[in-house]
Amino acid sequence: MQNGARIEYDYSVAKAFTFATILFGIIGMTIGVILAFQLAFPSLNNLAGEYGTFSRLRPLHTNGVAFGFTLSGIFATWYYVGQRVLKVSLKESPFLMTIAKLHFVLYFVTILLAVVTLFMGITTSKEYAELEWPLDILVVLWWVLWGISIFGLIGIRRERTLYISVWYYIAAFIAIAMLYLFNNMEVPTYFVSGGIGSWIHSVSMYSGTNDALVQWWYGHNAVAFVFTVPIIAMIYYFLPKESGQNVYSYKLSILAFWGLLFVYLWAGGHHLIYSTVPDWMQTMGSVMSVVLILPSWGSAINMLLTMKGEWQQLQTNTLIKFMILASTFYMLSTIEGPIQSIKSVNAIAHFTDWIPGHVHDGVLGWVVFMVMAALYHMAPRMYGREIYSKSLMDTQFWLQTTGIVLYFTSMWIAGITQGMMWRAYDEYGSLVYSFIDTVTVLHPYYTIRAVGGLLYLIGFFMFSYNMYKTATSGRILDKEPVNASPVAA
Amino acid sequence: MFHWLEQRPFFFAVFVFIFVAFAGIIEVIPDFAKQSRPTVGTKPYTVLELAGRNVYIKDSCNACHSQLIRPFKSETDRYGMYSLSGEYVYDRPFLWGSKRTGPDLHRVGNYRSTDWHENHMLDPKSVVPGSIMPAYPHMFTNIADLDSAYAEALTVKKVFNTPYDEDLNGDGKIDVKLGDYDSAIATAKEQAQAIANNMKNQKVKDAVANGQVPEIVALIAYLNSLK
Repeated sequence: MQNGARIEYDYSVAKAFTFATILFGIIGMTIGVILAFQLAFPSLNNLAGEYGTFSRLRPLHTNGVAFGFTLSGIFATWYYVGQRVLKVSLKESPFLMTIAKLHFVLYFVTILLAVVTLFMGITTSKEYAELEWPLDILVVLWWVLWGISIFGLIGIRRERTLYISVWYYIAAFIAIAMLYLFNNMEVPTYFVSGGIGSWIHSVSMYSGTNDALVQWWYGHNAVAFVFTVPIIAMIYYFLPKESGQNVYSYKLSILAFWGLLFVYLWAGGHHLIYSTVPDWMQTMGSVMSVVLILPSWGSAINMLLTMKGEWQQLQTNTLIKFMILASTFYMLSTIEGPIQSIKSVNAIAHFTDWIPGHVHDGVLGWVVFMVMAALYHMAPRMYGREIYSKSLMDTQFWLQTTGIVLYFTSMWIAGITQGMMWRAYDEYGSLVYSFIDTVTVLHPYYTIRAVGGLLYLIGFFMFSYNMYKTATSGRILDKEPVNASPVAA
Repeated sequence: MFHWLEQRPFFFAVFVFIFVAFAGIIEVIPDFAKQSRPTVGTKPYTVLELAGRNVYIKDSCNACHSQLIRPFKSETDRYGMYSLSGEYVYDRPFLWGSKRTGPDLHRVGNYRSTDWHENHMLDPKSVVPGSIMPAYPHMFTNIADLDSAYAEALTVKKVFNTPYDEDLNGDGKIDVKLGDYDSAIATAKEQAQAIANNMKNQKVKDAVANGQVPEIVALIAYLNSLK
């Protein structure tokens, strides 16, 4: 290629992952809404026999959203951003192209198998690591393929310095590889026992307290390196691109990056406060969770300040609205988490609905909003068409924002109510409430949460429809837009 | 320094790995080095209990019920003695849970009976009005997987030295007998028979009499063992 010539980026794999993001988003979030309604109206549990109960659907929901929707989004953006910031096209390397396609196919098959096995009740029960050992091996395979794709593209790059987003993709790749391998160490019982029982069954390598320790070291950091780090990679690329502004501070981005990597893994211990793991680990988890505010807010503030002097774009550009809302929710979530990690607060919050409330303001507000914004930004450039409808985008934005607010406010109230009722004593020193009192009192909040979730889901369907129409019948662009994604009226 | 790193992907990746792994090394390793010892009286699960534990896992009971009593008066009053690390040494995987949509179950064997569990699994509202737990009628017809449970017991015995077929208290008696496949399955069926005798569902009783163990029987064996 000659200097100055335009690079023809290849978006075929990015498009495939975009499709997967939308598909698994619909599946994962629909199941989530069903679960929310089941908690408010328990008779919905037994509509589909053993396969429709809360207990079977819950791991499907978490896996569907975390590893179906979010990972697809991460991969879709990687296959878009990676080429662009490294200034190479996948087309230039048939090898990397093959790897990328294989990555998609293997990934897609694994998620489908995950759906089938989880429906059947084949699970290891460890949260966010429910898949049994044969699927774990498949996961490792396509994770390695992704690694080859990352470092392969880096290897043939034309841009000497790695852009901030690439740092975050690398960190996500390395950390998840380490965490996933250690946490999923299992011994398949079929082989050790000489061929007795189910071949898919396994037993954890660790027992009891140690198992819990490894699980939450993993579990919390799955949040870190799936729901945080790669999403920061996205905002560092897409916000400056969309707004036409430079990242506010390069120094702050360095500080926030290395700070986040160093502190995040300590925080897993906050899931185990008042459990049977050693006290010093609980304290460490608690303290480090508070310290974690610094690097988290570092990135978020860096993003908000990127808009300095350009805030009018919030009114003119819907995508900026999506991204700024995402950054704001990131700040909310990363202050809420540390508060819950303080021992005295944790004593009330742990085991209650405040925890799913916290997870969801993070995931719905930060992760899903950012992924949707990224895909909206990519669509006109991948398909060469304007985004189909601006009014649909706006309606979606407000519908989903309302949904999130209903979700987290109801869960805050529910969680704190529950936590206070569990520990309430009367003047004779006996517990005031039986457990069931603390369940029935939550019915209104569960209903509000379900309605909030439903609004959010409707918004996601609008997003899916808008993306579909953009790809198939949006107005054709004659040249690639520089910033602000073009949106039809 | 950072400019230098940002142009060298290999060293960049190495640095990232060191930064990320550091906390894990300091946090996780010390506890592994100090092997957890069982609390006095803690025994490995029998094959039937393991089969029940796998039913518990299959239907994700742990998504709504914890098995971890925290050291607060409100919890010890409600559920019993707070949990100790040594009580979990035979738990692979651990089942502490992270959310209490329903109550804690770590000592449920102390205050609920076979009969109660049977009614509860078939129709939760019949014993706890206002319950939002789903009914699990399929547990009364699905057959528990004793083979996998035996394979699991044999695996933990071989690989992790879980003390099956051993005298744990020094009283000359074997505490939890595993034995070979045939005797282990036979023992599990005897235990299942003892539980089925306290149940009233005729189909379950018939199945057990015919040498099959429905999931509910195994699950109750497991829940009764939680003390």
